[in-house]
Amino acid sequence: RSACPRRTFQFFSPQIFIDNEWHDSVSGKVFPVYDPATGEQICEVQEADKADVDKAVQAARRAFALGSPWRRMDASERGRLLAKLADLVERDSVYLATMESLDCGKPFLTTLFVDLQGTIKTLRYFAGYADKIHGTTIPMDGEYLTFTRHEPIGVCGQIIPWNFPLMMAAWKLGPALAAGNAVVLKPAEQTPLTCLYLGALVREAGFPPGVVNILPGFGPTAGSAIASHMGIDKVAFTGSTEVGKLIQEAAGRSNLKRVTLELGGKNPNIIFADADMDLAVEQAHQGVFFNAGQCCTAGSRIFVEEPIYEEFVRRSVERAKRRVLGSPSDPTTEQGPQISQEQQARVLELIQSGISEGATLECGGKAHGLKGFYVEPTVFSNVTDDMRIAKEEIFGPVQQIMKFKTLEEVIERANDTDYGLAAAVFTNDINKAMAISTAVQAGTVWINCYNALSTQCPFGGYKMSGNGRELGECGLKEYSEVKTITMRLLAKNS
Amino acid sequence: MFLRNIRPVYRLAKCPYSAASIPKPNPEPVVQFNKLFINNQWQDAQSGKTFPTINPSTGEVICHVAEADKTDVDRAVKAARAAFRLGSPWRRMDASDRGLLLTRLADAIERDAGYLAELETLDNGKPYAISYCVDIPNVVKCLRYYAGWADKWEGKTIPIDGDYFCYTRHEPIGVCGQIIPWNFPLLMQAWKLGPALATGNTIVMKVAEQTPLTALYVANLIKEVGFPEGVVNILPGMGPSAGAAIAAHMDVDKLAFTGSTEVGHLIQQASGSSNLKKVTLELGGKSPNIILSDANMEEAVEQAHFALFFNQGQCCCAGSRTYVQADIYDEFVERSVERTKNRVTGDPFDLKTEHGPQIDDEQFKKILNYIDIGKKEGAKMLCGGKAASDKGYFIQPTVFGDVHDQMTIAREEIFGPVMQIMKFKTLEEVLERANDTKYGLAAAVFTKDIDKAHYLSSGLRAGTVWINCYDVFGAQAPFGGFKASGNGRELGEYGLDNYTEVKTVTIKVPQKNS
Repeated sequence: RSACPRRTFQFFSPQIFIDNEWHDSVSGKVFPVYDPATGEQICEVQEADKADVDKAVQAARRAFALGSPWRRMDASERGRLLAKLADLVERDSVYLATMESLDCGKPFLTTLFVDLQGTIKTLRYFAGYADKIHGTTIPMDGEYLTFTRHEPIGVCGQIIPWNFPLMMAAWKLGPALAAGNAVVLKPAEQTPLTCLYLGALVREAGFPPGVVNILPGFGPTAGSAIASHMGIDKVAFTGSTEVGKLIQEAAGRSNLKRVTLELGGKNPNIIFADADMDLAVEQAHQGVFFNAGQCCTAGSRIFVEEPIYEEFVRRSVERAKRRVLGSPSDPTTEQGPQISQEQQARVLELIQSGISEGATLECGGKAHGLKGFYVEPTVFSNVTDDMRIAKEEIFGPVQQIMKFKTLEEVIERANDTDYGLAAAVFTNDINKAMAISTAVQAGTVWINCYNALSTQCPFGGYKMSGNGRELGECGLKEYSEVKTITMRLLAKNS
Repeated sequence: MFLRNIRPVYRLAKCPYSAASIPKPNPEPVVQFNKLFINNQWQDAQSGKTFPTINPSTGEVICHVAEADKTDVDRAVKAARAAFRLGSPWRRMDASDRGLLLTRLADAIERDAGYLAELETLDNGKPYAISYCVDIPNVVKCLRYYAGWADKWEGKTIPIDGDYFCYTRHEPIGVCGQIIPWNFPLLMQAWKLGPALATGNTIVMKVAEQTPLTALYVANLIKEVGFPEGVVNILPGMGPSAGAAIAAHMDVDKLAFTGSTEVGHLIQQASGSSNLKKVTLELGGKSPNIILSDANMEEAVEQAHFALFFNQGQCCCAGSRTYVQADIYDEFVERSVERTKNRVTGDPFDLKTEHGPQIDDEQFKKILNYIDIGKKEGAKMLCGGKAASDKGYFIQPTVFGDVHDQMTIAREEIFGPVMQIMKFKTLEEVLERANDTKYGLAAAVFTKDIDKAHYLSSGLRAGTVWINCYDVFGAQAPFGGFKASGNGRELGEYGLDNYTEVKTVTIKVPQKNS
């Protein structure tokens, strides 16, 4: 496992994928991609800009034209293609996990068992849905036969982040393709490689040209071109709340394209005194430190009921001190580097604010090592709700632990945020569990667990954590336009 | 590998298949499995009894197969019950993994398609080209379809009055008895396995004594791909013994039966006198095919021919009452007779054959008897009418014209290659005549007129109505009967309902909020 193919990309070319072919950028520009464990450059990738987006949209439009192979295809056959894509990802899962681990700095084993499995299962789940997208026949008033068709929306722009590149691509492609759309997908500039490889598998699986187009590039150029494009019918964005707002504005200014957003979070994890302490400590630890803290769902505000607060802090610190930082290819590594120098600097700046605003730094707090973008697992106790580390999304390995007294108080404090992505409660008491899960304003609530995600379950945000839901049957709705057809009858009968 | 012209089925009858794309069949496939399949093991019948399975093309015995009786049914039900107990591997399995097992089964069947098609043709007599191009691909599609449903069959959370949180669980019913017929052995097996396994049930399946071989081969694939033991149990045996034992069993929670209406009555009664097991039935039909004068004549003739003669007339939904509007009646009859005379009867392993033998001697005699009755009651026999060969159970494709609604051949299900053509004048008249039957499985309308199509499709009392087509099936589309053609629907999302028990769970909460 310590041997990774670092420079061998013989199976595909880091170019732009349009119409099932590999293209150089129109401008000729390229950009570098780095290994965050060492800071070294991996390779250069063709950089898509507005002109390339235009080409991709044209290809997608052609693929979506009435009468095209994609539009004429049986829904079950669309499902077959997705199933084939899942099989191919499974076939190449070790290679993909290696590439993802190299590009993101994720520990290899986690990438193989979590990211790759999540990717394969999501593609398989939506493969199964393709021919189960039902309209309805409707008992309307009057002499009419009325029914609905759930049609694909059309050309969908999809902009995905760098924290789970391959899995985020699957979350986007799965429902969009199951529902019959054509796609223009922009992976993050930090992590384009596995998505580009996916392009090669899309072609191998047999998708018609133009159905999936993949454009590596930057947000302010390629991403912005997608958000403002007059020929794109819908944009789905996963990333920061800050950019989510820009996307929504761009859609409003351009052609009112449909927008779904999966944004940031500052997710409350509420631990009651009657919780299983071992379980709660470990789950809270993984809940905030998983993926080096780079999860929109990170449980970054841990509210602990007063009677067990001291014990909980002590155990959490002890656990954090045991967290193994290391090379992503080392099988004992629990935590790799942050994705980039910018992110590392941002995390360190927020840590400093925690110290200067008076939180107690229990462990960690510094960058780690001379190479790469590592940050030590960091724990703050005695955090108050007005501190920056309690309000702003850190997106790094920094755990905030606060104290609470009553149920009503913690509900109010948990909800006192513009975010609303996820929440969790640890308790043995069924009444407390029901009360918290009803009251908390979050798209997903976990009870006695954390980050339990699965492709069958809808996922998304309240408030400024986004709108719309991904995964589950809900995920398909966002990729369909409902058309109501009403036909005159000579005489209706029930 | 598989022809893309699988859908819709009728296109196959229309264009001669390209022999180059169908592999040359081996007419003597080796039988590998001929015992009972219980708990993933092959077993002799407790009694040691066996029965012969016959090749209907020759009347000769293919091999002997273990014959299940009541004691074997008891063993199978015990195995299925154990596989279903709370905490078992099958009950603890992720729904998505149940789906994955069904997908792997579909893949394995696709892998062995050539052999399975040979075995199906040997045991059933249907033309090999049809086994290979129609039966097997639809088996694969059905299993893949239900594989996809396994983790999508969702209960609901419900805004009940009061301080309660309420939700439903869609639970499997439990041990499901499934009794399947001989006309589409593999396909009927897939229609039963798919929804039952997707929803998490365990199965005791009795296959038809005329055609046990392909289902038993599939049993081995079920074991190969990794279904836990006891989840699927397959018993070859007779209706009055093994079938009746399942219908009356006190520990079988549900029974699904496809077969004759006559036996359907017995099954329903057995449920009532035993443990009130849930019953779904897919029974017989005498389906009306209505041809209006504005129909495309060429298409209507070909479709009506296919509607009746497909599978040697052995379809529950066969279009066995062809109503033709008066002003096109003569031409329609003439063209139908000509088409029927051209129907190629012969060795089912010959790729040119359209029409194989009937399933067995009993059906063979029954059909010839109906033909006699038709002649005696005054219908005009326009072609066919006799055995087509002195070996095997071949019957010449037969057409009767000038048929009146009260004749026996117009009222009773013949299940053979005998076409009835009647004349009608008005839409109101034909609708009434079409509905004047105890059956209600399928119907069809051929017309270009949008209003007439609506009028008839709304008025026909049938579970499936085809417009300008016939025998179009899809795993996605529900199928089943009105009236004595059965109850419940198979296929589609609706097919899952019959294999689900809905449990409502209501939890008191300190304070409900919307």
